Amino acid sequence: MSDFQSTIDDVTQSEYKWGFVSDFDEDTVPKGLSEDIIRLISKKKEEPEWLLEWRLEAFKHFQTMVEPEWANVHYEKPNLQEIKYYSAPMSKKTLESLDELDPEMKSMYDRLGISIEEQKRLANVAIDFVVDSVSVQTTFKEELSKLGVIFSSFSEAVKDHPELVKKYLGSVVPPRDNYYAALNSAVFTDGSFCFIPKGVRCPMELSTYFRINAAGTGQFERTLIVAEDDAYVSYLEGCTAPQRDENQLHAAVVEIVAMKNAEVKYSTVQNWYPGNPETGKGGVFNFVTKRGICKGDNSKISWTQVETGSAVTWKYPSVILLGDNSLGEFYSVAVTTNFQQADTGTKMIHIGKNTKSRIVSKGISAGKSQNSYRGLVQVKRNAKNAYNFSQCDSLLIGDRCGAHTFPYIESNNPSAQIEHEATTSKIGEEMLFYCQQRGMDLETATALIINGFVKEVMEKLPMEFAVEAKKLLSITLEGSVG
Amino acid sequence: MIKIENLQASVDGKEILRGINLEVKAGEVHAIMGPNGSGKSTLASVLAGKEDYEVTGGSVNFDGKDLLDLEPEDRSREGVFLAFQYPIAIPGVSIANFIKTAVNEKRKYHGMEDVKATDFLKMIKEKMSLLEIDNKFLGRSLNEGFSGGEKKRNEILQMAMLEPKLSILDETDSGLDIDALKIVANGVNKLKSDKNASIVITHYQRLLDHIVPDFVHVLLDGKIVKSGDKNLALELEEKGYDWIKEEQKALA
Repeated sequence: MSDFQSTIDDVTQSEYKWGFVSDFDEDTVPKGLSEDIIRLISKKKEEPEWLLEWRLEAFKHFQTMVEPEWANVHYEKPNLQEIKYYSAPMSKKTLESLDELDPEMKSMYDRLGISIEEQKRLANVAIDFVVDSVSVQTTFKEELSKLGVIFSSFSEAVKDHPELVKKYLGSVVPPRDNYYAALNSAVFTDGSFCFIPKGVRCPMELSTYFRINAAGTGQFERTLIVAEDDAYVSYLEGCTAPQRDENQLHAAVVEIVAMKNAEVKYSTVQNWYPGNPETGKGGVFNFVTKRGICKGDNSKISWTQVETGSAVTWKYPSVILLGDNSLGEFYSVAVTTNFQQADTGTKMIHIGKNTKSRIVSKGISAGKSQNSYRGLVQVKRNAKNAYNFSQCDSLLIGDRCGAHTFPYIESNNPSAQIEHEATTSKIGEEMLFYCQQRGMDLETATALIINGFVKEVMEKLPMEFAVEAKKLLSITLEGSVG
Repeated sequence: MIKIENLQASVDGKEILRGINLEVKAGEVHAIMGPNGSGKSTLASVLAGKEDYEVTGGSVNFDGKDLLDLEPEDRSREGVFLAFQYPIAIPGVSIANFIKTAVNEKRKYHGMEDVKATDFLKMIKEKMSLLEIDNKFLGRSLNEGFSGGEKKRNEILQMAMLEPKLSILDETDSGLDIDALKIVANGVNKLKSDKNASIVITHYQRLLDHIVPDFVHVLLDGKIVKSGDKNLALELEEKGYDWIKEEQKALA
């Protein structure tokens, strides 16, 4: 084995730094999936009757569905009867302020690098913390409510704004949409709810931090973002999980609605536990449905994602471009190392006139991992002058990994213009030697090359997030290249 | 500055350098000429520490250090610079960012702090005006979509910024028209001092009209078979390499 190869091995085998388990009392339900469990979850959450009915309807459909197999990933299908569908850290009473937080919980945040003290001072980011099945804390709620912005856990929204939740829940991702969306609809426990009223530009980033803590638990969160006419919001999501030998299932649903002239930016830094680097054992199955609809004219939805974690990732944040002149964007960096597998991309569905979409996907594969881009650009019959530009670049590190691109294009309107560019490159010895000859060691060189490769996407992230994402990227690939 | 003694190297078991002897002192410019396949670029790569080449014998002393014992990045930090024949593109990495990283790596090695952003900018702008390079150059991705002339000028700019003791220019004239050649040669001449030295590897004598060497060496089958002053280059231009080959045969 050459030095080059062993350096690559070092880099790709860095440790997962968020793998600890916090020890607090948990309120859980027995494992297994059944109508009774769904009723129990609904009862624990004190939900209205209509929501329980909605769940049960979804469950009925779910039982008629089979797990799809078309993705370019291989895994042992999770046994849904072995999963606990509800787990909540027990708090003694409702918190009046962050200062009353359980010390163990507080220490968990600190270890995650989310210091609560700091959060209190961070003036421009409001955060909702979701641990396992429940939201534990939302910051800046009051400040936001003065503007009419609703930012709360999903459960609270169900209690406080049932009419809004009822109106939009399932309007973009219907319960029957797909296998895991149906499962989520039946058993979802919490998540975030954002509502930006007409004409309001949300003055701070809204952010949700998801954490799976309890063993044997799945996380099924639901996020709903609604931006009324002329509204603007930028939303961020981050996530981690403890290191466990069994696979954990994360099946979330995110729905975004953008009305006339509204703009929603949704950014994700996904860092679920990727499994044991040497054996490939354990890790999170990240099977997520994310979809937005540009409902009104001139509206805009933009997805930016940095995917570094999970054993298996399977998701396609999509935009339905219904309103005339609406714009959908997808910027993605997906990194796989060791035994990770990712099949990710986007769908852009052009329905309105003069609709535009832009796709920039950067895949990085190292170790023995497999990384696939899968995208669909669909132009419907009446989507006059639809325009799409797609760029899919893959970077390979070492010679035991794979990159795959599956672009699908369906155009039903002759005026549509669709452009697709794709490249595959390898961080080769020549590139590294060039950097070494300029005095850089292999790690510095690799970091430099990778940062260059992903630059276009990183620039789309909100500033605070970009720094974190860059750090995460270098930690993930530590020893592979930088 | 550098003393190469009986250097032997092979690639994939095939012997390419068969005992090179060369000494270069501060302030000197040495040209190495030779036909295709004679081992010119191999010599450059071996000195820079490229992994594909296996050193099978001999020694290289660089300013009192065993050069062959150093990692490629440390050779660079000690002051060996290789201007590549085919500089590689690194998409998304700006020239400014690349050079700054390189400069700071070298400073770190020598126990110095990172260069201040303002100082760096001032310095690189000075060097760019010296080398007649447009300011817009800085923001461009390294070597991506560059013309042959731009690539070579970028190499010389990096050389100017890293201020090496020994510069090895590997076929710097290849792919250049005469105007670009003059600009590049001019840059090299401006950077010349009595503290640094250059080894200029070239096929053709035309580069040596502009970078005038103190010594000219002819490399043939992995050995330096003839050395002289700049007139030797002119002689080679006129008569080719065959007469030297004949001479060698006669000697054997």
